[in-house]
Amino acid sequence: MTHTELQFQIDKLADQLLTLHPDLSEVAFIGIQQGGVALADEIMVVIQKLRPSEKIFYGQLDITFYRDDIRKEILAPDNMHIPFSIEDKKVVLIDDVLFTGRTIKAALDVLLDYGRPSKVELCVLIDRREHRQFPIQADIAAMVWPTEKTDKVKLLPDDAGNKHVVIIGKQ
Amino acid sequence: MQLSTKHLLGIKDISREDISLILSTARQFKEVLQRPVKKVPSLREVTIVNLFYENSTRTRISFELAEKRLSADTINFSTSASSVSKGETLLDTVNNILSMKVDMVVMRHSASGAPHFLAKHIPAAIVNAGDGINEHPTQALLDAFSIEEKLGSLAGKKVALIGDIMHSRVALSNIHLLNKMGAEVMVAGPPTLIPKYIGEALNVKVEYDLKKALQWCDVANVLRIQLERQNQVLFSSLREYNLAYGVSRKMLDSLGKEIIIMHPGPINRGVEIDSDVADGHQSIILQQVENGVAVRMAVLYLLAGKRE
Repeated sequence: MTHTELQFQIDKLADQLLTLHPDLSEVAFIGIQQGGVALADEIMVVIQKLRPSEKIFYGQLDITFYRDDIRKEILAPDNMHIPFSIEDKKVVLIDDVLFTGRTIKAALDVLLDYGRPSKVELCVLIDRREHRQFPIQADIAAMVWPTEKTDKVKLLPDDAGNKHVVIIGKQ
Repeated sequence: MQLSTKHLLGIKDISREDISLILSTARQFKEVLQRPVKKVPSLREVTIVNLFYENSTRTRISFELAEKRLSADTINFSTSASSVSKGETLLDTVNNILSMKVDMVVMRHSASGAPHFLAKHIPAAIVNAGDGINEHPTQALLDAFSIEEKLGSLAGKKVALIGDIMHSRVALSNIHLLNKMGAEVMVAGPPTLIPKYIGEALNVKVEYDLKKALQWCDVANVLRIQLERQNQVLFSSLREYNLAYGVSRKMLDSLGKEIIIMHPGPINRGVEIDSDVADGHQSIILQQVENGVAVRMAVLYLLAGKRE
């Protein structure tokens, strides 16, 4: 997907999020490290442009310590930063790709250790629906991509710098 | 990212990259410790035994808390309440414990090299929690973490280790670590408590005048006088030691600059450090203790990934 197409999808996601949540004071947007944060950063820029005077609650979440595959490999953790209370807030988890559902399950575990949100929703760019291993679905998905299980789908910066493109390749 | 080692026996045996990885992982664990639920499930399938052949308050509690925060199962062992008093050897004791399916061993022992000996004979990962007068690697790591937190980085910083260098495993681990991370190190104390060739052997400055040492440094790590390890008279009295080498408020105020005061604990108040210094605004002694849990979580977490 080119950067232009990606920007179109990001605008669309921002628009959908604002339609679902007109009152931003009761919503917290939380990106999941790392691809989800890269995507959420861009979505937040668009939302802030559309609602310049409003405060947006935006945080980043890292699931490294909650992974269920610690026996296979130990990963160095990413930054975790939720500088506000999620108590009784509507939390929107944002990730780039929804694949097996294990990441989201771990993200829910992390989130519940932070507090008790009134509701949790999931917003993703790409849904790889046919490979789900857990009963987890996205509330908002920009696109559904049919992929092979061994494919890797990632949001990455291109050569020009911070613009993001999605690539697919055989593992 | 992985550690280059399966055990943490000493700072001497690990690389600069290992140290950086442990410190950066510890920063994330420190964030965990600020959360409403200060616990993560990372090591829920790991069992750890804490073998303490020597007394300890901070280190034992800190390790135990770190293990619990990581959701590991823990067993505590101390010699006074065990079959060691019936004459069982170290290797027998450990092998018996390991046959009950224990994955990691945290060990403190009064004999230098005891964890290195164990590492050669057992399959479990070993963390040295202090061996005799050799090393105390997690203390050096938490000291480094605390300095970084306060001053940003270790490179180029001047750290003075003050007091009983001869009997201190904290000193040796700190010297190795600070050298590896590019800090400048000085040891200061009475000549009887500083090994003769330490300057050349370990690349440190040696100073016998406390005030000069304090004037030189950004950070003073004041070490405990280890009376239990001294089997000969190395200074005439505690009172005299305090007069010559005790860090006092008056001396700090006369420096004309602010330095950071650290101490690994337990403190001999009025001997190596006066109470108004230990409790004063330049002291980060209690932050060191707090950081100890995050650093030990990082060490255990990273070593757990190296199990076979």
